[in-house]
Amino acid sequence: MSSDTVLGTAERLRATLPKDFGDGVVSSIYQDADRITRHSVSTHGEQGRPALDQVLDRALTHRVWGFVVMGALFFGVFWFTITGAAVPSDLLYDLLVANGHAWVRDGFTAVGAPWWVTGLVVDGMYLGTAWVIAVMLPPMAIFFPLFTLLEDFGYLPRVAFNLDRLYARAGAHGKQALTMMMGFGCNAAGVTATRIIDSPRERLIAIITNNFSICNGRWPTLILMSTVFVGALAPPGVAGLVAAGTVVTVAVLGIVTTLVVSWFLSRTVLRGETSVYSLELPPYRPPQVMRTIYTSLIDRTLKVLVRAVVMAAPAGAVIWLLSNVTVGDSSLAAHAVSALDASGWLLGLNGIVLLAYVVAIPANEIIIPTILMLTLTLGPVVAPGASAGVMLDVPDATAGAVLIGAGGWTLLTAVNLMLFSMLHNPCSTTMLTIWRETRSVKWTATATFLPLGLACLVTASTAAVWRAFS
Amino acid sequence: MTVDLPIPSAVSPLAETPAASCGSCTLHNAANLKRLGLHVDGCDAVVALAGNPNTGKSTVFNALTGLRQHVGNWPGTTVSRAEGGFSLGGSAYKVVDLPGTYSLLSNSRDEDVARDFLLFGDPDVTVVVVDATRLERNLNLVLQVLQVTGRVVVALNLMDEARRHGIEVDVRHLSRELGVPVVPMAARRGEGVPELLGRIADMTSGETRVRPRRQQALAPVVARAVDELAGQLSAEFPGLANARWVALRLLEGDAGTERAVRDGSLGDLARQQTARIAS
Repeated sequence: MSSDTVLGTAERLRATLPKDFGDGVVSSIYQDADRITRHSVSTHGEQGRPALDQVLDRALTHRVWGFVVMGALFFGVFWFTITGAAVPSDLLYDLLVANGHAWVRDGFTAVGAPWWVTGLVVDGMYLGTAWVIAVMLPPMAIFFPLFTLLEDFGYLPRVAFNLDRLYARAGAHGKQALTMMMGFGCNAAGVTATRIIDSPRERLIAIITNNFSICNGRWPTLILMSTVFVGALAPPGVAGLVAAGTVVTVAVLGIVTTLVVSWFLSRTVLRGETSVYSLELPPYRPPQVMRTIYTSLIDRTLKVLVRAVVMAAPAGAVIWLLSNVTVGDSSLAAHAVSALDASGWLLGLNGIVLLAYVVAIPANEIIIPTILMLTLTLGPVVAPGASAGVMLDVPDATAGAVLIGAGGWTLLTAVNLMLFSMLHNPCSTTMLTIWRETRSVKWTATATFLPLGLACLVTASTAAVWRAFS
Repeated sequence: MTVDLPIPSAVSPLAETPAASCGSCTLHNAANLKRLGLHVDGCDAVVALAGNPNTGKSTVFNALTGLRQHVGNWPGTTVSRAEGGFSLGGSAYKVVDLPGTYSLLSNSRDEDVARDFLLFGDPDVTVVVVDATRLERNLNLVLQVLQVTGRVVVALNLMDEARRHGIEVDVRHLSRELGVPVVPMAARRGEGVPELLGRIADMTSGETRVRPRRQQALAPVVARAVDELAGQLSAEFPGLANARWVALRLLEGDAGTERAVRDGSLGDLARQQTARIAS
């Protein structure tokens, strides 16, 4: 007898059984479970879910109020983040960038290190890392605990519930709302989370569009741009509110893009039926505040910061090398930037931003520090982007002053950087994850170049319209 | 077995050496718990954590291993399996946290991970974490797991929420019905963790007798087919502990199980299970 005989017997016997005998097997298990439960569980007091849960659910998943509450909550989180991060950010800038850099430099000079060692280590690696910490640490240390508290409370599945109708209309799976929420933390995690979607077609849609969820690495970019450029346009009293509103607007634009691209994919290359599924709304649980703050600081904030620092140090070295190795009459960086400037202008950005995006493919976290360092080294050679739009004047030092003063940035540059940041290709970790999940070069390439193309299209149109009207 | 109640000593309450009888007490053992985090090479026993989504499997996992696997209040937080370890009473245990699953009969990728591991990973103990506030739906999975393996401990989690909702569970009755130990827990607060550890240790050492609930009311024609095929499976793979379950899967034409028959992994499983009984 062999394994084939067993399989043969199985096939023969299967033919003797009714087609739906599996249903009988399942329903007998259900009956058993029902009987055991009735005999071992007794409920007293009010039946089922507590009244508070029901009231909360009625409000939070209401057709209209659900969205209002959602907007208000996220707005509150960002407003709190932006106002709370301002002071520690300035302190860290003073400590690490303004003073720290000089101290470390003096130390290196004192021990007689050669100029290129000082340059590579201090002006490259140290400065890159210092910028990352000064720009990213404060907003992250406030944003992640707040977000984790919402998650712990059980709010995120309600968001998924609210968005479900929209996803169904876009031809995507409702669970995509959950994977999208995961993407707000990290796109690589969001892509892995799409395993909860059974249908391969809908799973691919979820993977390709996950990129439009603003991830850990991109929140700081948006927060900085909103604070320095958009918030500054408003009277000081409401600057924080305006900045928070801007961040929420971009995040909502990301959700809209997700829906539009999902709709487009499900009508073209990934056509098919929408699956039906059931989403279980977990009970509200009072968040364990101190524990949540502790674990989200350790798990998220520190992890993202470590990743950023690990990426920032070599990127800083690369930037220093690019700026100090000269070919002909100018540095490699200057060559690259002037080569990219024309396309940068077309996209309403500049050559420095594009070069920064090339250097920062491994991690979105280091975009802002890279831009800052390149701007500081190359100075105001970047003229084209500056000619159009409104020049802004921000009195305080730090990142804003560098970008406006030395980089010649305008409101258009900031708006387009936010749009580009929201849309552009995923980071290399996410690309690798997409390949691992799909095992397909074709879909990995689609998930990389579709967002990149979209980013160029949207920023170029924005720039064209902006210039036409200003 | 006699267990002396610890009497608080007025002289030196902290510097006491534990009495010999303390060794058999779960609370003492739990105090000796060593969380091994990720260092799980050369373990003595494998513990699998299964359960419906959002019942707190990862919380239980963290309580056992001291790791900080991300815990989220929503279904689907864990989609691949996470591993960790702890050591207790001289034995090292490896803990595998499986993705949440409603049933072992469906086909999505995260649920496959759980099903394949329970069947082919042949864990020494399977802890099924269930939500005490939604017992009926959770028991569907428990009953299915019991068909695959009898070495099951049911962790009746979220008892604090059940209390808040005015739900009372007769733990002894439930345990009798299922034929396996049931441990009431509130893993978030650490309630029931020492008891769970004790049950896991007893199950591994073979001290616990289980009578897993397996009788299932099948239509006569289905029952006959299952009997015949299971008989043939037992002849082909002597020692296979869950021949009836495998037979049912084959009758349903489950591709994964057919593959296991063909490529010999079912044979390996049977040999492994025979070895366990012999030891």
